[in-house]
Amino acid sequence: MLLEIKDLHAGIEGKEILKGLNLQIKKGEVHAIMGPNGSGKSTLSKVLAGHPSYEVISGEVLYEGKNLLELEPDERAREGIFLAFQYPVEVPGVSNSQFLRLAYNEKMKHHGTEELDPLEFNDYLKEKAKIVEMSSEFFKRSVNEGFSGGEKKRNEILQMAVLAPTLAILDETDSGLDIDALRIVAEGVNKLRSADNAIILVTHYQRLLNYIEPDFVHVLAGGRIVKEGGKELAIELEEKGYDWVKAATK
Amino acid sequence: MTLAVKETIYKQDFQASLENASEPQWLKDLREKAFAYFTENGFPTVRDEEWKYTNAAEISKLEFQISNEQSESQTSELLKDFNFERNGFTALHLAFADVVLVTIPKETSVEKPLEFSFKADEGTANFPHVIVVAEAGSKATIIENYESAGKSLTNSAMQIFVEDNAHLTHYRVQSESAESYHIGTTEITLKRGSFYNSTNINLGARLSRHDVHLKFTVPGGEAFVDGLYLLNGSQHADTHSTIDHTVPNCTSHQNYKGVLNDRSRGVFNGKVFVRENASGTDAQQSNKNLLLSNDARVDTKPQLEIYNDDVKCAHGATVGQLEEEELFYLLSRGLSETLARNLLTYGFAEEIVNKIEIESIKKQLDEAVLNRLNANLGI
Ligand SMILES: Nc1ncnc2c1ncn2[C@@H]1O[C@H](COP(=O)(O)OP(=O)(O)O)[C@@H](O)[C@H]1O
Ligand SMILES: [Mg+2]
Repeated sequence: MLLEIKDLHAGIEGKEILKGLNLQIKKGEVHAIMGPNGSGKSTLSKVLAGHPSYEVISGEVLYEGKNLLELEPDERAREGIFLAFQYPVEVPGVSNSQFLRLAYNEKMKHHGTEELDPLEFNDYLKEKAKIVEMSSEFFKRSVNEGFSGGEKKRNEILQMAVLAPTLAILDETDSGLDIDALRIVAEGVNKLRSADNAIILVTHYQRLLNYIEPDFVHVLAGGRIVKEGGKELAIELEEKGYDWVKAATK
Repeated sequence: MTLAVKETIYKQDFQASLENASEPQWLKDLREKAFAYFTENGFPTVRDEEWKYTNAAEISKLEFQISNEQSESQTSELLKDFNFERNGFTALHLAFADVVLVTIPKETSVEKPLEFSFKADEGTANFPHVIVVAEAGSKATIIENYESAGKSLTNSAMQIFVEDNAHLTHYRVQSESAESYHIGTTEITLKRGSFYNSTNINLGARLSRHDVHLKFTVPGGEAFVDGLYLLNGSQHADTHSTIDHTVPNCTSHQNYKGVLNDRSRGVFNGKVFVRENASGTDAQQSNKNLLLSNDARVDTKPQLEIYNDDVKCAHGATVGQLEEEELFYLLSRGLSETLARNLLTYGFAEEIVNKIEIESIKKQLDEAVLNRLNANLGI
């Protein structure tokens, strides 16, 4: 088991958001987590990535059999966890390539593999950028600064491609994308999908799942997984709306 | 009564230097007047509004050997334009000023940057004075560099005249020793259609003060007055500036940033005047400070005084710590906390460093920024 979440209760600013969440993920799987706005999807994502503002009240999260919750966010990242942010952060004055090379090399150092110098990394980055059809013009620019919504999301997937995570959590990577950008991002994710990694697709809409086919769909409502199934569940949700699951669980 | 004693010491030096210099009488008279002003007013104290946050008392108690090269000093009537009556420092400066005059001839474009480098020796007081005249239609870049060894005093000034349609880029880098004192004044006068773009970097000195006085005297000038102060230990750096829109249709941009560590202290006071006559003014001013330690402190006061309605003005100041969300973003990509903090700090300073067009200075500053952070970003 790559990730095991057991009866997780977590919240922010004294407010409990996740109220007993269970989830199991194996390598090679893609899980979609769907749910209405405010159901706690981003909370789950941030808790897994280790955001300091979120507190875990009780429960357990095991990653590769080890207690994930005791690791610092940067340690989690170096161990292979990656969060594509719903709202990617702008980092003025730090170029994309600088940032990515530092992140890449930190991970390499951690795993005792070879670090890349700027020239080598540039070649590596160019290769990876093809996956999301990003031009090298974006390498020199400050991280996400002045990027359009779609460019930011693509940049997140570029980071994913560079860092090659074992567990990638994509928090509403589809939101704010027009149809072309959605296709590019989805194709990028499909290329990165492998038997050695797992992906959690957090989304409000079924649309993304037409492009990236999930193995499992979980519906999150009121801080709990209220329904689970295969990709057909997403279609059912799209037709019947979230009120249907909410009503069904009451 | 320390002050009285000090003034006597400077008096002997002054008399001696005046006798040695072979200068026109008007200049000797001017120097006498300036020295008289100094004798009467002494050094500014914290009771003086303009020196409220910067205590120069330390300097008045120290003895320095006057490093005087007045015999080789150049002369220009433009010295009469220098406002020595601002305070005791400017007066003392003019009394001893070693003058260099540089003229960039009409319609001439000078490719290679003109460099003015000053190095203060241990125990000396230095009074370099540079006059730059960028004649009509000329284009040039000047670099002003201050360094020192040990405890010393630099009390410098630069007068800059940017004539009609001239284009002047100005880099000022102050990286004096950690025990030194640096007092500097820059006066800029802008004419029609002229363009002045300055970047003022303050890295060194135990105590530094830089006064910038920029004045638009004919419509249609544009100026950038940007700066960065990077302080640590118990450094104190004060920037006071006035940007004076006295005529219509001029544009000024001011962007100063500060990064303060340890117990360092920064002062920013920026006044922008938009006079009654100055319609069509566009004036932007910003001062942002990043505090890396709980003991660092900044007193910032951006001020706009507007006496005309037909203007576009904005100003603001911030004093804060690193953004938590930015920090988390970097951590979530596997950067260690130290590395992430350093990278963000570097990024904060880069906005100023990045606008520098000369690779060698840019590199020097990049390194200075990184050194200050003790950071090895592998950049
Ligand atoms: N910083 C915060 N302080 C207080 N409440 C918050 C904060 N962030 C999110 N919440 C609340 O937590 C709940 C879940 O939010 P979130 O996890 O972002 O939902 P989703 O991503 O599913 O739309 C919402 O009710 C939201 O208002
Ligand atoms: Mg969300």
